[in-house]
Amino acid sequence: MTFQERLDSGKFTVVAELQPPKGIDLSELFEHANQLKERVDAISVPDLQNAIMRLGSLSVCALLKQKGTEVIYHLSCIHRNRLALQSELLNAAALGLKNILILPGDPPSIGDHYEAPPVLDLDVSGLLEAAQRLQEGFDLMGNDLQGKPLFFVGTQIQAGATGQTLDQEIREMEKKIRLGAKFFFTSSIYDPNPFEDFIKKVAHYNVPILAGITLLKSAGMARYINKHVEGAAIPDAIIDRLIKASDKQQTSVEIAGEIIRKIKPLCQGILIVPIGWEHLIPSLLEQANL
Amino acid sequence: MIVAERKPLDEIKEMIKGYRKILNVGCGGCTSICFTGGQREVNQLIESLKPALQEEGIALQLDGFTIERQCNGDFYLELDEIMDQYDAFLSMACGAGVQFLADRYPQKPVFPALNTIFVGVDRDLGWFEENCRTCRECIIGDTAGICPLTRCAKSLFNGPCGGTSRDGKCEVSKDTPCAWYEIFKRLKDQNRIENILKVRPAREWRNQTRGTMVHEDYQKRYMR
Repeated sequence: MTFQERLDSGKFTVVAELQPPKGIDLSELFEHANQLKERVDAISVPDLQNAIMRLGSLSVCALLKQKGTEVIYHLSCIHRNRLALQSELLNAAALGLKNILILPGDPPSIGDHYEAPPVLDLDVSGLLEAAQRLQEGFDLMGNDLQGKPLFFVGTQIQAGATGQTLDQEIREMEKKIRLGAKFFFTSSIYDPNPFEDFIKKVAHYNVPILAGITLLKSAGMARYINKHVEGAAIPDAIIDRLIKASDKQQTSVEIAGEIIRKIKPLCQGILIVPIGWEHLIPSLLEQANL
Repeated sequence: MIVAERKPLDEIKEMIKGYRKILNVGCGGCTSICFTGGQREVNQLIESLKPALQEEGIALQLDGFTIERQCNGDFYLELDEIMDQYDAFLSMACGAGVQFLADRYPQKPVFPALNTIFVGVDRDLGWFEENCRTCRECIIGDTAGICPLTRCAKSLFNGPCGGTSRDGKCEVSKDTPCAWYEIFKRLKDQNRIENILKVRPAREWRNQTRGTMVHEDYQKRYMR
């Protein structure tokens, strides 16, 4: 079943994120993908996440697809101009990749090539529009395409926003739905209560929302996220459990499992972000009764 | 106003090395207003350079001369009279002024004493802030008078990016207000929040080639 068919069926959808290596040795990634093949509905592959130079999402997705894995290809606006972005969408279509996650991308200044300039050409709305135009058989300049691509396009939303920032995010969501976004991945969820509030506010859009679930490796990581990641507010109770944990991996899986069980009735799926703990995904899914 | 800052003294020394008669040309326009390239700064630079060069045993004639605006030929008449006395120029104008000076006297080496930083405003005395990237496609009528190209770290025309902090700051730099947070707030206060749903098509990036503009009142004059 494809990712789109799974979402269309209304079934709870599980996606796992696998980060491409810095280099071209894919043996570990393939091993993880293979372990997850029967357990998740799709593998999501980031594109230059955190502006760290590494193997791209396109080649990893194409290779995984060859092995029969359902994949979600990420495309970040900030590292390419509109020629390259449209061409990448065509590349994806030519390689049989249909599921596209369009993201703003992280500025090079925060990454490992911090002297590189960002390419500030298209933003997410601009790239969503480009994807629409390509599917209609034209490029952004109105030139005819030889063969129309077909995409299933989504983007990301900040579910942890509050106050005015939340109002902004909701308006943005509406705009992006109008521009063809068919699904949304949220930022990582650590507290089901504000997430429930968020879901209530966007339920009328009737668009699949998949909640981000990050495996917290330590109390230090949790504090770092609270300090540096916008919209993240990991409750003190979780941080205390991580401090007291005798088996950090087990506790991390339990915490994430509890969050998934609580938010499962609220959304249509999850995106698991393992950050190096890919081997724990099967036990997380067991914890979450998935 | 165009805002500039002075280059490090060592860089300036290195540029003028080998020349013996140098005129440091100030500008009474923008760089004077931002306390970087006016009469006072011309003299300060000379006072800093002379002892530094003397220490290294370099004897040279270093004079100062400030004209009203280095970017307009009408102000060059006095300079035209004395330019022959020098074998090189330092310019304390913005990048445009330095080039105008260099074009005026193509046989003389011209060196910039400043780095041109941005088009900005006075936030307070001596505190300047960039507010315009001269994109030639001004949209701030829709964005409540706030330029997202200049003031959003990702220059998003359809923002925000999702990285706005709870107190309205930018994820790229915690000290910087999120431009889209400010836009949203001001549009809301002005009862124009529906503007936020407008989708702005990709920019035309008109400032990628050198610009020339003839004011419409003068177009006949330059028509050939």
